[in-house]
Formats: sequence, structure tokens, C-alpha cells
Amino acid sequence: MRKIISILVRNHPGVLSHVAGMFTRRAYNIESIAAGETENPDVTRITIVVSGDEIILEQVTKQLRKLIDVIKVQDLKYAESITRELVLLTILSPLEKRQEVIHTANTFGATVVDIAEKTMTLEFVGNSNKINTIMAALQGFKVKEIARTGLVALPMESQLEKNRTLI
Amino acid sequence: MTTKMITGAELIVQSLIDAGVEHIFGFPGGKVIPIYDVLYDAEIKHFLTRHEQGAAHAADGYARASGKVGVCLATSGPGATNLVTGLSTAHMDSIPIVAITGQVNVPMIGNDSFQEADIYGITIPITKYNYLVKDVNLLQGIIKEAFYIAQTGRPGPVLIDIPGDIQTTKVRLKKIGPIKLPGYAVQAKGHPRQIETLLQAIRTARRPIIYAGGGVVSSGASAELKKFVKQTRIPITNTLMGKGIFPERDELALGMLGMHGTKYANYAIHESDLIIALGVRFDDRVVGNVQKFAPLAKIAHVDIDPAEIGKRMAVDIPIVGDLKIILSMLNQKIKTRSRKRWLDRIARLKEDYPLTYTDDGTLKPQYIIQTLSDMTKGEVIITTSVGQHQMWAALYYQTTEPRRFISSGGAGTMGYGFPASIGAQISQPDQTVVALCGDGSFQMCIQELATMRTYNVPVKIFILNNGYLGMVRQWQEIFYNRRYSATHFEFNPDFCQIAAGYEVPAMRVTEPGEVKSALDKALNSDGPMLVDFRIAPEENVLPMIPPGGGQTDFIGEGEE
Repeated sequence: MRKIISILVRNHPGVLSHVAGMFTRRAYNIESIAAGETENPDVTRITIVVSGDEIILEQVTKQLRKLIDVIKVQDLKYAESITRELVLLTILSPLEKRQEVIHTANTFGATVVDIAEKTMTLEFVGNSNKINTIMAALQGFKVKEIARTGLVALPMESQLEKNRTLI
Repeated sequence: MTTKMITGAELIVQSLIDAGVEHIFGFPGGKVIPIYDVLYDAEIKHFLTRHEQGAAHAADGYARASGKVGVCLATSGPGATNLVTGLSTAHMDSIPIVAITGQVNVPMIGNDSFQEADIYGITIPITKYNYLVKDVNLLQGIIKEAFYIAQTGRPGPVLIDIPGDIQTTKVRLKKIGPIKLPGYAVQAKGHPRQIETLLQAIRTARRPIIYAGGGVVSSGASAELKKFVKQTRIPITNTLMGKGIFPERDELALGMLGMHGTKYANYAIHESDLIIALGVRFDDRVVGNVQKFAPLAKIAHVDIDPAEIGKRMAVDIPIVGDLKIILSMLNQKIKTRSRKRWLDRIARLKEDYPLTYTDDGTLKPQYIIQTLSDMTKGEVIITTSVGQHQMWAALYYQTTEPRRFISSGGAGTMGYGFPASIGAQISQPDQTVVALCGDGSFQMCIQELATMRTYNVPVKIFILNNGYLGMVRQWQEIFYNRRYSATHFEFNPDFCQIAAGYEVPAMRVTEPGEVKSALDKALNSDGPMLVDFRIAPEENVLPMIPPGGGQTDFIGEGEE
């Protein structure tokens, strides 16, 4: 099982160590972690994708809440959240392959952001499904390097509103 | 009106005084000289230990005996890292400590400077919270916050790392506003519906058991617990950390449960239909096998730390809150019961599986502790380290009051007991304090004899000397075919001569017949005293459940 946890933490130099350290100490698996400032400069949002069974995932949430620096912990359900990840991917692409790469990129809404003599760099943004689909489509090419931001997410307000009216 | 400028070091000491600190334990070094300079004529009494680990353990013992926050102080680098075992010990047992460490000057941090260690990074996993102070203007608020965090909610150690230049920078004392910690809320009251569910479960249960631990001590809920037990007539078993929360000689008391618990406590758990777990954490030394634990029972778990609920054990009735409040609420609503059948069964279990040892004329540790327990009526403060001596004390020393059995539980720290006894005695000058040690444990912090002598701390040191690292030897005997690898001390010092070197009176006991008079002499002496008990070398701690075993999977010879 995987879960997206979005946490708001007090913004100070040691806070990432406290959060990441808790995961190491309790042997939880982080799949990705992304941190950045929020609308309030004193507060940082950290989005963590974590895997484990139900009991472990519940513990992760509780242990996060226990950290003094953690102000809020939100369990984000995939269906009720907007999730995005950005990927930069450099492909070894000799001249004769370029068209093919561009074609694949266009098909999946990726953007070519750099072309060099022997390589092309693509940028694409999407939820995990989309990223996985693009990555699969590009499998035939020789990848030189990949950089991924890790997932960021926010609750999907429109979906939450709809659910509220249903109740 | 503006207050005058003072140094960071002066601010630190003033903040400690404002927090109500009277005693601190520490060891100086280059990066805390400014603080020591202020301490030179401050109203806080500083106790110089002989090793920083001793300071941390003494602060811990001080906190456990008094319920106040213990404070220790060390310099940067090795001074700070020497506190680590002590902080980990306090963290595992939820003991409030504020540790202050010096650090290299702010511009030098990260340069691998002389006596630099990243104590902030090192102590993240073993403190409740920690700080590295880089701005002197934040220092006063941080110290206030540290004391607040250490002693509220589930208590724990907090470390404040303070660079040397912060200590010498001038700053003004401010009026500090209320503490703002948006992510730190202590849930105290408990969910009313869950409390109602528990009441209902108690009404219908036929074989309920209370399993209570250290949370009752930190909540100060011992009186409420006694009332609850008396009213409900539910038998109670305690953890090591819970010794003293309920008088162990009471007919409703089952003593300690778990790996080295009494057989009757473990059988009672096994037969129970409702476990009321109070301030405990289903630790693996209590519950070896979660699947086999109390198979017939519903489990209610009350704890102030939500993360403890469901961590190891699936729970039917979870209640998050402060035990003092929740037990008083329960006491208002609970009805008195006779529970004759269940209590008859408990009496029968006690009869069938008594706590015994073989008396073969040699000097048995169980006999020493039983005698100590009888002579003192379980009323003195007793500290232990970890190992066989600790478990014999847990089984045979029958406590009556909380905060009088002081032992390293979760961390299992050898060397803890003796320095902790010094801290305990300093916090409770009118009580008798006994440091019960193994010969192995005692040698891990033996240097604190100097601290004891310096301040005339009248602790009675009782060494259960078997010339072995006894608990490991016992495991080697049972699980490793008696291959005593590195557990036999081929040489041990003469502890009486060591004591003499520190001007501490000492005696040696080798025969059971000498035990009473030796204990009598030691307990009635005004000053410190060391007694070297030469016990039967290969005596085992029994009963015993192997690691991972269920509550009734006892091993070992003889006692059945």
C-alpha cells in the first residue's frame, strides 16, 4: 500500500532532519519526499509518499503528529487530491532518433527543453499514472540521466465539496 | 524601562533559576566555561560528576525520584557525546531531562573544529526535542520551551546545544510570553464515548486484569489507581517501570509480568477476558508474542501518547489521555464488585505457581533482596542498572510507593543505577537510597564514587557480585550451550579496597547468616556504605519466558 502524507512543519534548519530521522529510526519506507515553503514563510509543506501495510501507515501518521515541529498532518487520498510530479529526463538520441523522441514526447504531452549533439532533455509533469505511462513509452530509448522532484499534492477542493454536499 | 544587558551565559543560569532548577549535574570543558563562570556564585547548586555519563544518569535519577526536571551540563564534542547513553536511557523511559551542551562558536560550526560534534544531529532520535541555538535573542524562549516540552504530555529529555559565542554575547532579559507550539497539543481528557465503552466492558468482564506501568508514575495517578483497584477489585500486574504504583504485597497485586515476571501474573493475563492497559507500551520484554498475548481478552489501552496505541498490539478500546484525569472519571462512575470467583482463581494461581528459589545454603541474591524488602518494608528508594540484579530486585523487592524503584527499563543501560542513586539521594535527602548493582554494572560508572564522597551523598551500594555478566551468561547457558564467551570476569577488583580508596566504608558478605546484620548496619549508617555480596555465581533469574514466547511459555528448571 502507498499513501500520500502532506505535512505542515515549522520552518527552521533542523526540521527536515527531524522528519527524515523519524523515518529512518522507525524503519519506514519513504518513496519520495518533497519540501517547499508555503503561503506562510514560517511554515514548510513536506509531501511524503510512503509505502507499507495498513498498520505501519497508521503508525507513520501518528509518529509524524508526535513530532514537535509538525503542525498538521493530512492523509491525502489519491481520489481526492491533486498530485503532480515533475521529471527531467535526458535521452541519448542520435540524429536519426530525434524525430521519434519528439513524436513520443508530443504524444504524451512532454516538452523538449534541451537538444544537444547526442542528447535531448524532456520535461514532463503529471500524476503518478501519467509519469509511469510516459516512462514506459520512453523505455525503448537509452536514458542518460533522470531527475524527479517527488510527488507534491494538495486536497482537491472541488471533490471535497461534492462529497460534502452528498453527505 | 529597559533591563540591563547580560551575557548569554548569565541568561542561561537565570532562565534555569526561573524554571525552578535548584540542582544541576555536570562536567566543565572549553565551550561551557562562560556558563561555569556564572555558576561559580549562582544560587543553583552544581554537582561535579567524574564523567558526563554520570551527570546524565544523576539528572535522570533526580527526575525519577522527585518528579521534577533533571538538568545536566556538558561541554562540546566528547562531553556532549558522553551524555548520549544517559539521554537515550531517559528517552526510552519518558523521563524529563534538560541537557545543556556547549558547542563550538557559530562561525566554526561545520569546520571539524576542535571538540566539535553534531550533538544536535546525534540526539534527534533519542530526545523528545532538541535545539541548536544560533541567535542569542531566542535563547531565553528556547530554555522556557525546553522545560515545558520535557515535562508535559509524555515526558522526555530535551537537549539545548549552545555555541560558546552565544554564551558570551550580550542580550537583554525579556518578559517571555506564553509558549506557542502550534504542533504540540496534549490531549488530556480522553474520549467520553470510549470511556463509556470501557466502563461497559468492566461491567461485563468476568476475569479483568489491570496491566499498568510507567505512565501511572509520570501522570502522578497512583492514588487514583489505588482507588480504582480497590473499588473494582480488579487484580493488577505492573511493569518494571510501574513498580510502586500499587503496593505489591496487596492481595490484588500480581507483581511484575513479562519475560521475567511472576508466573501467576502471566497466567492471569492468559486467562483474562479484559486487559486494562494503563500507561504501558506492550514492550517486547512484557509481550514476547503479540499473537499469543491474552487470547481471550478484549484490550483497552489508555495512554497519553496516541502513537503508543496500536503500535505493537491491536486494541479494542483505545483511550488517549492523562491517566490521572481518566482514572478519576472512571472512579466516579464505577461500582464496587466482589469478583469472588476470579479472585479465588487468582489466589489459586498464586498458590500453584509461587515465586520461589532453591535455598541450598549458599548466598542467594533472592534471599538478600527479600531480606532487604522485609527490613525496609519496601519503603526505601532503590536504584538498579540492568541484568540479573535488576530482575531479582523487580521480583523480590516489594514496593509500596511510586518513584522509589528507579531502574533503566527500555534502554537497559548498564551503569545507570549507581549515578542515578546519587541524583535520587540529592533530590530526596531525607530518604534512604540503595544502589543495587551487579559487579558488571557497578564497574561501568564506578568513578562516581568520587562524586558520592565529595558531596557526602549517603547512598548504600549493594553489589550482587557473581563475577559474571550474569544475564548474558544465563542466556548463554540456556540458548548457547553454556559457552560463556566473554561473560566471566577473570579478574575483578576488590570492591572493598576500591571503596577504601574513596574513603567509603565497606564490608564483604559471603554467608547467608551475615546478610541481616550487614544490611542493618548499612541501612542505619549515616553516611555512604558499600557492601560486596559474593552471591552464588551461576544463579539464574526465574521464571523466564524465552524471547518471542507467549505469556505461558516458561522455560528453566526446578520451580514448578
